[in-house]
Amino acid sequence: MHTAPFDYQKPTSIDQALNMLSADGARALAGGHSLLPAMKLRLASPETLVDLAGIAELTEFFTDRGGTPRIGAMVTHAQIAEGGLGVLSEAAALIGDRQVRNRGTIGGSIAHADPAADYPAVLVAVGAEIEVRGSGGTRTIGASDFFVDLFTTALQPGELVTRVSLPDGAALDSGVYEKHKHPASGYAVVGVCTTPDHMVVGGATGAPVKVAGNNPDDIPGAISNPIGDVYASGEYRVHLATILAKRALARLP
Amino acid sequence: MTDTRAFGASIKRLEDPRFITGAAKYTDDHTLAGTAHLAVLRSPYAHARIMSIDTSAAEAMDGVVAVYTGQDLKDHGFAGIPCAFVVTNANTLTPEHPAIAVDKVRYVGDAVAIVVAEDDYQARDAMYAIDVDYEVLGAVTDPKEAHADGAPQVFDDVPKNEILHWQVTGGDVEQAFADADVVVTETIRQQRLLPTAMEPRSTLARWDAAMGELTVWNTSQNPHIVRFLLSLVTGIGEHRIRVIAPDVGGGFGSKIPLYPEEAMCVFAAQKTGRPVKWTETRSENYQATIHGRDHVQEVELAAKSDGTITGLRAKVWANLGAYLSTASTGVPTILHGLMLSGCYEIPNIHEDVYGMATTTTPVDAYRGAGRPEATFLLERMVDKLAMQLDLDPVELRRKNFIQPFTEGHTVATGLVYDTGNYQGTLDRALEMADYKALRNRQRDLREQGKYLGIGFSTYVEICGLGPSEVAGAIGFGGGLWESAIVRFHPSGKVKLMVGVNPHGQGEETTFAQIVADQLGVAVEDVDVTYGDTAETPMGWGTYGSRTTAVASGAMMGAIEKIKAKGRKIAAHLLEASEEDIEFEDGKFFVKGSPDSSMTIQDIALAANTAWNYPADLEPGLEASAFFDPKNFVYPFGCHIAVVEVDPDSGEIDLQRYVAVDDVGPQINPMIVEGQIHGGIVQGIGQTLWEGAAYDGDGNLLTGSMMDYAVPKAAWFPNFELDHTVTPTNVNPLGVKGCGETGTIASTPAVYNAVMDALRPLGVEKVDMPMTPERVWRAIRDAQG
Repeated sequence: MHTAPFDYQKPTSIDQALNMLSADGARALAGGHSLLPAMKLRLASPETLVDLAGIAELTEFFTDRGGTPRIGAMVTHAQIAEGGLGVLSEAAALIGDRQVRNRGTIGGSIAHADPAADYPAVLVAVGAEIEVRGSGGTRTIGASDFFVDLFTTALQPGELVTRVSLPDGAALDSGVYEKHKHPASGYAVVGVCTTPDHMVVGGATGAPVKVAGNNPDDIPGAISNPIGDVYASGEYRVHLATILAKRALARLP
Repeated sequence: MTDTRAFGASIKRLEDPRFITGAAKYTDDHTLAGTAHLAVLRSPYAHARIMSIDTSAAEAMDGVVAVYTGQDLKDHGFAGIPCAFVVTNANTLTPEHPAIAVDKVRYVGDAVAIVVAEDDYQARDAMYAIDVDYEVLGAVTDPKEAHADGAPQVFDDVPKNEILHWQVTGGDVEQAFADADVVVTETIRQQRLLPTAMEPRSTLARWDAAMGELTVWNTSQNPHIVRFLLSLVTGIGEHRIRVIAPDVGGGFGSKIPLYPEEAMCVFAAQKTGRPVKWTETRSENYQATIHGRDHVQEVELAAKSDGTITGLRAKVWANLGAYLSTASTGVPTILHGLMLSGCYEIPNIHEDVYGMATTTTPVDAYRGAGRPEATFLLERMVDKLAMQLDLDPVELRRKNFIQPFTEGHTVATGLVYDTGNYQGTLDRALEMADYKALRNRQRDLREQGKYLGIGFSTYVEICGLGPSEVAGAIGFGGGLWESAIVRFHPSGKVKLMVGVNPHGQGEETTFAQIVADQLGVAVEDVDVTYGDTAETPMGWGTYGSRTTAVASGAMMGAIEKIKAKGRKIAAHLLEASEEDIEFEDGKFFVKGSPDSSMTIQDIALAANTAWNYPADLEPGLEASAFFDPKNFVYPFGCHIAVVEVDPDSGEIDLQRYVAVDDVGPQINPMIVEGQIHGGIVQGIGQTLWEGAAYDGDGNLLTGSMMDYAVPKAAWFPNFELDHTVTPTNVNPLGVKGCGETGTIASTPAVYNAVMDALRPLGVEKVDMPMTPERVWRAIRDAQG
């Protein structure tokens, strides 16, 4: 697998990174677990990669369960899985395999917004807030508004995800995540995150779908135009969502 | 059977330290000074006419040495890629297979042009700059649809895309069906599989123009065949070609063929005067390395009301893909159709096999190669019959089993099985599984709305390919014997040279065990040399579970010659008559006076120095031998799978797997277990997860490991294994093959278990792979 030629830069501050990313053809590199495969398949051919690994601020990880846990964009799935953050840690532990979790980051994952990723459903379910920074400054976007569609977020050109803020530990502990892994990729064919108030379905549609209450039978009516592929049709994904919701609800603390 | 330390010992594999420390040297690890790199531009269309190719932009790019098209290769005088197994009595057609397409492309991945550049990145960058104008034609991916009137024609000279029509007939099938009390029918889709060897394919070619010598490093299971076929393609004399298969990281059949890329590298090396290397990516591996299976099977089984099977009739459309790969036509015919009697007495059998050209990646031998397709067909039908008659699948099998035999048993397809005791493996497996308790548990769980299933597969397989006389008669373009050289160095260390080509199976260890056991030397003192045509005697390679079964015969021949010569030397040195010399545990001694003895190392030194030596004897202690078996060998066994199916989601939980195999005496039981483990996993992969899918335009939808599900270790329970030992009479050690048994047996065992679980829900069929969605739909449809 061979990428097209590209330049490489490694800034040490967010401002420096934003400046580098303002150039034409520049792309931010976080853990590289989606971008590099796409480059190797030549689905993406950025002229410059701006590697965020040298920015200390993005690796900050506050797991203060009593307050507001905050996760820097470059914190890895493995760190989150071991961070004691309730349902988010549970979901992070189900991402890929150990190697993927050691390299992949929450910022990279949510900015990429793969519909089969695990974080979107969980972040929407717990009401996380995504902090992003661009040349115009910092803004905070609720997870429900952040995920727009397949590989599409509320990020504006030139903006970087810098941080994810979470509710307190008790709220995180009240969620449950159930996932049906694709047997090849390990991605979520469907993932459902339930809380005492609602159920959020990921994988069946471009962006997570939030369904109020705790009745799985309400899920099919809430999902339109589900995604289908060789492994699982849209119809089956919707069905799977109700089953996973039942399993999750049975485990609600 | 010798029962000493080395034979039968589960010693650790001698080759593993270099594999597990990353020190093994694969083809891509070889680079010569001045090596240029080759990239292949592949067709994005399944079927299209090439209208024009513009290589000018690519040629102007940095680092590009040259760009070539199919016409350049043709003008160079190379022949097409040959099919080396053109099955006889089947009107087999062999359309031309140019290494690089000239007028037409026939599958997504077909080579259109090649770039040679200073490095691999430059080669691939330039590859994307080649401009090809195509006129797109219709695609056909399904072998039965390819047979229909009006289907796109892959070759102008292959009417209805029918490459071959092969038949096997035994007894009177029409009469059997006319007289049957019960007939069960099924259409079985044996889906296409992707072999997925860990190491992708690679070739490095060096052409020494001054010497007229070609050296090729190649990921091959059979370097001598590659040399033979390369001489046919390139016109270079076989005596001027050296093929080296260094460490090879798995093949599963996919590294048997001579591929177009080998010809491309040789061509490019000759044109540029540089060593030329090509290594495929995984995406190329899935597009342009052979695929396996892909049958549509329409099957009928006839029986009496007491369960006695009286006839089997089948029509099979076997997908051969866009071109005939090296062994392609033999796989769905000889290796499939002749196996249809399995371990049962089925007096009347008829099968029609249509080998079909389609606009897909070529299909060839994949672990089991034809035999899994036969075993699944038969084991599924036997289970359907049991359900139809409401008989226990165990009792139905027992009723129809061939009775134990030791002197050969002829089945309706004409094969003569060597030795067998099918009841023995079934009984042991039932005992291990505690069958009665399982059925009780199944009944109890059903009452709780849980669906447990117990599935059987009782199989026999042809392996140890095979007698050369048969090879010739069936259209195999080579022999199927093996040879070996045993050489003692002066110090008493031993070099064994063989023509077979292990690529992960552990024969560096098992072969050393045989030599050590027979000659009384330490296992560590035996070096097993293979994989280089310049250093090894002729051999036909490693596939068809034949390596040990056939090559051990040659090794034993050479070993006997060494012993005989050693006896003469010992008689001379011990001043005794040759008839009085005995050999045991590495010592030659005078009968009745064991103190008067010499070790084989002493004899090796004496033979290599020849200071004090019999006058009429040649110096040296080295012998070579050839072995051509008189028959195939026929391992057998019984596998039992236990699954639970979640009727709401369709998910399948594989809970237990019991396997009792009879592969004859085991040289290294740990290695046998490893082979069986791997085989079981690969077979279950077909049942539950693996399946190559094409869209209507002939694009491979499962073109990466993100989409194609290769099984992972964590998905399996611990396998419960045991074995019985029924030696074959086909080779001196009585050994059979164990490389494919697991793959052959496990696919139907798990399939039958799932169907057993779903029986109360009225489900009769689920296509493989049995994904949760397919199971869920089948339940939903059956429940109306």
